[in-house]
Amino acid sequence: MSLYSQTLTELAVGLENGEFSSVELTQALLDRIAVHNDKLNAFITVTAEQALATAARADAARSAGNAGVLNGLPILHKDIFCTRGVKTSCGSKMLDNFVSPYDATVVERLADAGAVVLGKTNMDEFAMGSSCETSYYGPVRNPWNLECSPGGSSGGSSAAVAARLAPAATGTDTGGSIRQPAALTGTVGLKPTYGRVSRYGMVAFASSLDQAGVITRSAEDAARMLGVMAGFDERDSTSIDTPVPDYVASLGDSISGLRVGVVRQHFDEGLDEQCGARVKDAIAVLESLGATTVEVDLPNLDLSVPTYYVVAPAECSSNLSRFDGVRFGYRAEGAVDLLDLYCRSRGEGFGDEVKRRIMTGTYVLSAGYYDAYYLKAQQVRQLISDDFKKAFADVDVIAGPTAPTPAFKLGEKVDDPITMYLNDIYTIGANLAGLPGISVPCGFVNDLPVGLHLVGTHFGEETLLRCAHQYQLQTDWHLACPQGFV
Amino acid sequence: MSVSAWEVVIGLEIHTQLATKSKIFSGASTAYGAEANTQACLVDLGYPGVLPVLNVEVIRMATLFGLAVNATIAPRSVFARKNYFYPDLPKGYQISQYELPIVEHGELFITDAEGKEKRIRITRAHLEEDAGKSIHEGLDGSSGIDLNRAGTPLLEIVSEPDLSSAKEAIAFMKKIHTIVRYLGISDGNMQEGSFRCDANVSVRPPGQEELGTRAELKNLNSFRFIEKAINFEVERQIELIEDGGKVAQETRLYDSDKNETRAMRSKEEANDYRYFPDPDLLPIEISAEFIAATRATLPELPDAKQQRFETDYELKSADAGILTASRATADYFEAVVAASDAKTQLAANWVIGELSAALNRDGLEIDNSKVAADALAGLLNRIHDNTISGKIAKQVFEAMWAGEGSADEIIAAQGLRQITDSAAIEAVVDKVIDANPGQAAEYRAGKDKLIGFFVGQVMKETQGQANPGQVNQILKDKLSK
Amino acid sequence: MSLDKDQVQHIATLARLKLSAEECAESVEKLSRIVEFVAQLSQVDTRGVLPMAHPLETAQRLRADAVIEVNERDRYQENAAEVSDGLYLVPKVLD
Repeated sequence: MSLYSQTLTELAVGLENGEFSSVELTQALLDRIAVHNDKLNAFITVTAEQALATAARADAARSAGNAGVLNGLPILHKDIFCTRGVKTSCGSKMLDNFVSPYDATVVERLADAGAVVLGKTNMDEFAMGSSCETSYYGPVRNPWNLECSPGGSSGGSSAAVAARLAPAATGTDTGGSIRQPAALTGTVGLKPTYGRVSRYGMVAFASSLDQAGVITRSAEDAARMLGVMAGFDERDSTSIDTPVPDYVASLGDSISGLRVGVVRQHFDEGLDEQCGARVKDAIAVLESLGATTVEVDLPNLDLSVPTYYVVAPAECSSNLSRFDGVRFGYRAEGAVDLLDLYCRSRGEGFGDEVKRRIMTGTYVLSAGYYDAYYLKAQQVRQLISDDFKKAFADVDVIAGPTAPTPAFKLGEKVDDPITMYLNDIYTIGANLAGLPGISVPCGFVNDLPVGLHLVGTHFGEETLLRCAHQYQLQTDWHLACPQGFV
Repeated sequence: MSVSAWEVVIGLEIHTQLATKSKIFSGASTAYGAEANTQACLVDLGYPGVLPVLNVEVIRMATLFGLAVNATIAPRSVFARKNYFYPDLPKGYQISQYELPIVEHGELFITDAEGKEKRIRITRAHLEEDAGKSIHEGLDGSSGIDLNRAGTPLLEIVSEPDLSSAKEAIAFMKKIHTIVRYLGISDGNMQEGSFRCDANVSVRPPGQEELGTRAELKNLNSFRFIEKAINFEVERQIELIEDGGKVAQETRLYDSDKNETRAMRSKEEANDYRYFPDPDLLPIEISAEFIAATRATLPELPDAKQQRFETDYELKSADAGILTASRATADYFEAVVAASDAKTQLAANWVIGELSAALNRDGLEIDNSKVAADALAGLLNRIHDNTISGKIAKQVFEAMWAGEGSADEIIAAQGLRQITDSAAIEAVVDKVIDANPGQAAEYRAGKDKLIGFFVGQVMKETQGQANPGQVNQILKDKLSK
Repeated sequence: MSLDKDQVQHIATLARLKLSAEECAESVEKLSRIVEFVAQLSQVDTRGVLPMAHPLETAQRLRADAVIEVNERDRYQENAAEVSDGLYLVPKVLD
């Protein structure tokens, strides 16, 4: 089997057995990126030179018997993670000239484990978008259909992993930004529990919702990556000091007896019928493995999108105030005074969607509107969180669709913010409640992939990964490779 | 128009920098005076991706303050973001506390104009981060931003509008100043900006329930300026109202060069701070055990100490007040008393008099005094046992200050021991009387005040070392014969 | 619930965003739709519901008061557009 089509787990074995070196593997994937990226625009930066140097060090470490758990394995970082000495643009003109002086904790941990970073992936500007069309660097294309979006905001990561340009890529998920692009590209996307992975060094969008995770082709690879990324970080007050289990070790355990919640409201109007059918098929596979299904109720599900579009913009409006053209980032030329410097640097440096969200957030927090919007949204957030608590009293995981439709055409939804926002209807709840979620490929509709969405309890990643892995042992959707990238 | 026709209402917001080693949310140093931006780390600069982590010391210090002013310590308090754009505020928001501050409902007692005790309520004290500094000089059309101060912990202490004059405001502020230094939670250095104050000032006709429109005075960084600024502002408001005008609710800056307040241009735009809970920080929870443990470390506070000094050391109230104005002075005084047999009032006189004068002259703090407490006690012991007179003691003190040794060493080396041998003194007295027969006759004829002349002559003969009391007695005895 | 041009301009100024005339017109339209969309929350009965500010229910962790940062000014200032003698420069600030 060609190197590029192997999973992280398979490549680890090959490296371990000396079938190929990390330098060879790295070079093979860099060559592949050089051939295919023009079609996809999945990268903002390819770090070929550093990658080969890291790979050489990894090979040396292996020879010396010091191989880390991801030694020599190639990965990608979403361009939202700060990487020392490498441009960290966040998909924005605002940070086009920004070279981070430090590494994010996630970047540091993966580097310490020996991973080789091939480059940084394209994304919606500041992670605000569900289609990768708001990037300053142009839209990313879906390898399954180049006229379609790969989803967003981690669309560069999902497109690259789907196209076999790398076996794994980091992503971030504020309202579905890992899981929805994974669903739309036929990859596995894992958003861990809020607080499981450090947010330090991840450019903040909405601090109470953001969580770092990973996009891979198999649940097993996701388990491997999460084991390295997860854990307490003293630089993040919201990271939780609880032990990191061996996520790989329990993957083989049976899911017999697992209680799978099926949400009544998930199969209401809004869900593409054929997508619904694929998801139901997938749930049937889980049942065939001994899982029992229980119908559960999330009565406030519909409110999750409006709630999110108050909370997330409010936090983003404040988080993005630091981009003022003074200490880093884009600075407008020839400002006549301070106000002009601020307004033009920000007006010119941010794209339309980012400006829209900043303004929405500014509005909902402003005097006279705070109670009606922000406070109200916080209360509804509590209701939604309580719904999940009630549901998880009876079930171990909740299964449903990741996205309402398969990948949509580029340009199709870009002018209608509300339609775009509704793309995240099934994923946003997990962010509001801080729960882990995973999207697993579960079939195709019109040659476009569909994702099964599993949501777990707080710190229930082991169960989610095991469920996804057992499902993947029975199915081969994740092995399908988009034409043109075989 | 006299001011007394109006009632003055003042509330203070005191910003106290807490004396931590590192910043409130980062591990950068808080030391004052470093080269620009050399103590501004990524968190202080508001770099993309960085996050705040709270310093445990600020919680301890705020709790200690709360306990010292008899306030409630919130079992749960929350950090909020105050959003506004300003170059010295790198993140575009200040992390502060809004709805749930750490300290609420405190009180403090000051002495009002009639000498009566007056209770001033403390609304709240909350934690926040300080901003950086803008530098305007010598940059040709630009301002320079130094973020070394950004992230220094501040405790903002807010009073109710219970103060009725600039004098009361100063008394309140001085009291807070003394307390924070007693607690060791702030150096209180006003020149360096560690202790700053904003004042909300309004006036109203006496008897009117409703408060007048207030102006907020900023940039009050010395006790003198606060008094001047408030007095100026009160007169400005009264004149304005009496001329038929209205006070605008605005922020005004005090200009110490011109002794006037003026509206701040940068604050003209109505502010909408859009406070909301900071999602990067979780609620602060303070347990009853932590509060109890902190309470156990509360030092004796100024009021209690002054009371004790008056009672235990039988000091004059004013002297006890001076000695307890700083913990270091009080500690010094008590160390002197402990090491000396002299009367406590004598010790007080020396600390307040000679010692303070010498410290002032050399610009030293009492902790760095060139004469340590036990050394001063040694000197006082020699006064007490009549080895030297008070006058000679001043001479000895100067030598001690100059580093010439202990009191005993100096007395011995310079031969300053007081003459108390009656026979020796009598011999000198005889000599003086013999040499001045005319004066002796006049004295005996009733010119009593000539005794001073004779004492002076005897002291001159003995180079000041004769015991003045004995000289007096012996002279009187001999002259009356 | 819709926003007018003045409101949008006021918000843009609060957020320090310069909008062109076109952007402003587009913002009026799109923000109005967003605000209308989120306004459905007002229909929800939330009496007695405590606002949820954060998904974590734990308390803030505290760090020891120790200086762990060193001076890296020059490296940090490589990203700044204008510096002079270690100061970040901005157009003259008026107080």
